[in-house]
Amino acid sequence: MSNNYKTYETAWCPGCGNFSILNSLAESLEELNIPSYQVLVVGGIGQAAKLPQYISTNGFEGLHGRALPVAAAAKIANHSLKVIVTTGDGDSYGEGGNHFMHNIRRNVDITHFVHDNQIYGLTKGQSSPTSDLGHITDFTPDGVINKPLNPLVVALSLGAGFVARAYSGEKEQLISIMKEAINYNGYALVDILQPCVSFNKINTYAWYKERVYTLEDHDYTDKVKAFEKANEWGNTIPLGIIYKKEGKSFTDNFEFLNEQPLIKQKFQSDIVENLIKEFI
Amino acid sequence: MNYNILIGGEAGQGMKTLTSVFSQMIHKRGYFLFTLADYMSRVRGGHNFFQLRFSDDKLYSHSDNLDVIIALNQDTLDLHIDRLNENGVILADDNVKSDDNRLVTIKARDIAKDVGNTRTMSTVLLGALFKLFDLDDTNLKEIFSSKFNDEITKQNLESYKRGQDLVKPKFKIGKGNKTEKLLINGNQAIALGAISADMKFYSAYPMTPSTSIMSYLVTKMKMAKIIVEQAEDEIAALNMAIGAASVGVRAMTGTSGGGFSLMVEALGLAGIAEIPVVIAVVQRPGPATGLPTRTEQADLKFVINASQGEFGRIVISLNNPEDAYYQTARAFNLAEKYQMPVILLSDQYLADATQTVDIFDLSKVKINRYIEENPKEDYVRYKLTENGISPRAIPGYHPGVIINHDSDEHDENGYITESAVVRNNMVEKRAKKFTLVKNEMQEPKVIGNENPEVLLIGWGSSYSQLTEAIGILNAEEDIYGALVFGDIWPLPTKKLSDGLANAKKVFNIEQNYTGQLAGIIREEIGYKINNNILRYDGRPISAKEIVNRVLEVE
Repeated sequence: MSNNYKTYETAWCPGCGNFSILNSLAESLEELNIPSYQVLVVGGIGQAAKLPQYISTNGFEGLHGRALPVAAAAKIANHSLKVIVTTGDGDSYGEGGNHFMHNIRRNVDITHFVHDNQIYGLTKGQSSPTSDLGHITDFTPDGVINKPLNPLVVALSLGAGFVARAYSGEKEQLISIMKEAINYNGYALVDILQPCVSFNKINTYAWYKERVYTLEDHDYTDKVKAFEKANEWGNTIPLGIIYKKEGKSFTDNFEFLNEQPLIKQKFQSDIVENLIKEFI
Repeated sequence: MNYNILIGGEAGQGMKTLTSVFSQMIHKRGYFLFTLADYMSRVRGGHNFFQLRFSDDKLYSHSDNLDVIIALNQDTLDLHIDRLNENGVILADDNVKSDDNRLVTIKARDIAKDVGNTRTMSTVLLGALFKLFDLDDTNLKEIFSSKFNDEITKQNLESYKRGQDLVKPKFKIGKGNKTEKLLINGNQAIALGAISADMKFYSAYPMTPSTSIMSYLVTKMKMAKIIVEQAEDEIAALNMAIGAASVGVRAMTGTSGGGFSLMVEALGLAGIAEIPVVIAVVQRPGPATGLPTRTEQADLKFVINASQGEFGRIVISLNNPEDAYYQTARAFNLAEKYQMPVILLSDQYLADATQTVDIFDLSKVKINRYIEENPKEDYVRYKLTENGISPRAIPGYHPGVIINHDSDEHDENGYITESAVVRNNMVEKRAKKFTLVKNEMQEPKVIGNENPEVLLIGWGSSYSQLTEAIGILNAEEDIYGALVFGDIWPLPTKKLSDGLANAKKVFNIEQNYTGQLAGIIREEIGYKINNNILRYDGRPISAKEIVNRVLEVE
């Protein structure tokens, strides 16, 4: 473990995929050489969303489903901070579904790591928006009948400029994807597949091992191919950057923010005086 | 001199332009104005009206009595003729019918058509209106030019002139005031107050009657170097304001009761995470969709009690545009000093009423940030201190300093805990801050007799009508006084207790059904007010109505 980024004792179950995600995030930030006091990690509520508590960066643990609006606004207020959201599939795609949709459109330069274990952990085993059809849980004894949400396809449809899928069991690749996502200027989604050893008896390490493979020779600038790969789910599951396109992020649209972040803008009393006088 | 004009018609008939041009011309001549907007929740059709009251003396509220009705349709005449003074005038196009001898019809539509633009029909009436008051057309051209292109300006000037020729002067008006004043409504005053307090981030979802705060701010983004973002919903709107505030910029959101319902979850977040944020709640009648474009004061108990759990929040009800300006600016200082949410409580009446007020004095606005400039490496966000206020540092500028905010119960570091001891400490810490706030609340404004036999109590925008009502009542016998609350939660009780102890008769005046302030007063100091003057039909109470109802009981 690095000197700069410390991680702390967690409340996760032994064998949880979250450990690998936490350590990969710490290593990514270390390798990117970003000072930890300039990083803000925002979580919602859930097992994954506890991550901000376990890493030595600035943290904001908000409300269930509401990490994205907090993170987006924090970045707009001070775009010299690196702002990262780490939270779960229920938080991101269920409770926070509306914010997920609209923050893709808003395209603030934040990185969204979704710990996608296809199950609710903290509330002990209900199905999640990404649970597969037929998945039997205590709460869906006859199997899930609601169709799963495909976050990558949703993100691509809404024009996300960086869409990737990683797997907590492939740490080296996870770190390389995380680094690219953090460096990307704009909203970047990394859906990280992650076994839940306590509540998900279907999507286990063994289940993933049989199915995941690393994308090779994939042209991630080709949106049609990206949709094809984003839709691939079943016997084979591709890992890697599915789609990437450089462009302007939210704050690039404001000339005055190019000079310095919003927080550093000086109060201009002469301008305010004039605004008052406009009502004379 | 004091006149009251009603301009009514269907949405889309040019009423708004007529009202705006007339207001500006009256304003530029130095008269005091009070403009009331009464509109339906629709873009076309329906019945809508504006009331323009003007005088050479300060005006505080609207009035029910009318001197002139401009009826752009038949409904306007039928609905409002009962309020027209005996020597009043109804100006209308000749398609409006009545055998009332106060009706003066002119062929406004035909003239507008003749001029080449039927949309200038209301300008023909404007010309006639100006002639009735014997006002000249100084500034008219520049006002039209600021709204229209050359061709349309020319057509409007022609229609105006043709309207002038059709009537004779009837009303005398006094001299205007030479001092420059502002012509502004409550929402614009809130927006200016926020900019004056160095607010840099405003996120909101459109909701009548709060929307015009955002629509003003958005036009000033580049000039004032602020960010205004339309959120996907009110949940996001407040969470965004909290996110921006958490890293150190002054942030605000605005909504009405329905939107605030969605913000309640995040209000609790601001409470436990101790994030300074300002929320403008511009009330309209509820529950649910209610009456979207009308006025009420029925969200007081809601904003005071909203959210699960216990934590302090400050509620300031706004009395008038000047108050809205200075209190909005003050709200940011309070929010940052105590690291808690501050709610500004306004309503549709104040939001939409355009009034003449003294020029806002920016030099009176103090910006106090209460930010720890040099935190050490052992800095913790929620340090337990004697008064409950922890030093607040900003992330990103201090190597080695890490700042954690948490919606879970947390320790001094901002890390989740279930320790009973820490829980007690943190609950008490937040409660201590609220105790401190009580010392800082401003006592209610005193109107009229300072030691009155008959005491009237109100809050928020009713300041307008109460000021005028007390003036009318005291003209007969100087025994009436009013206490009008601005700061309302925590409730300042000194003047209230004194006033209640000395008065022989007490009236509570509110625009809701249950008498919410009276309930809070009873809860806080155990005094039950027996006379309630309440109105809840969505229309603003008037000074005259207050006077009549007070005299009825006496």
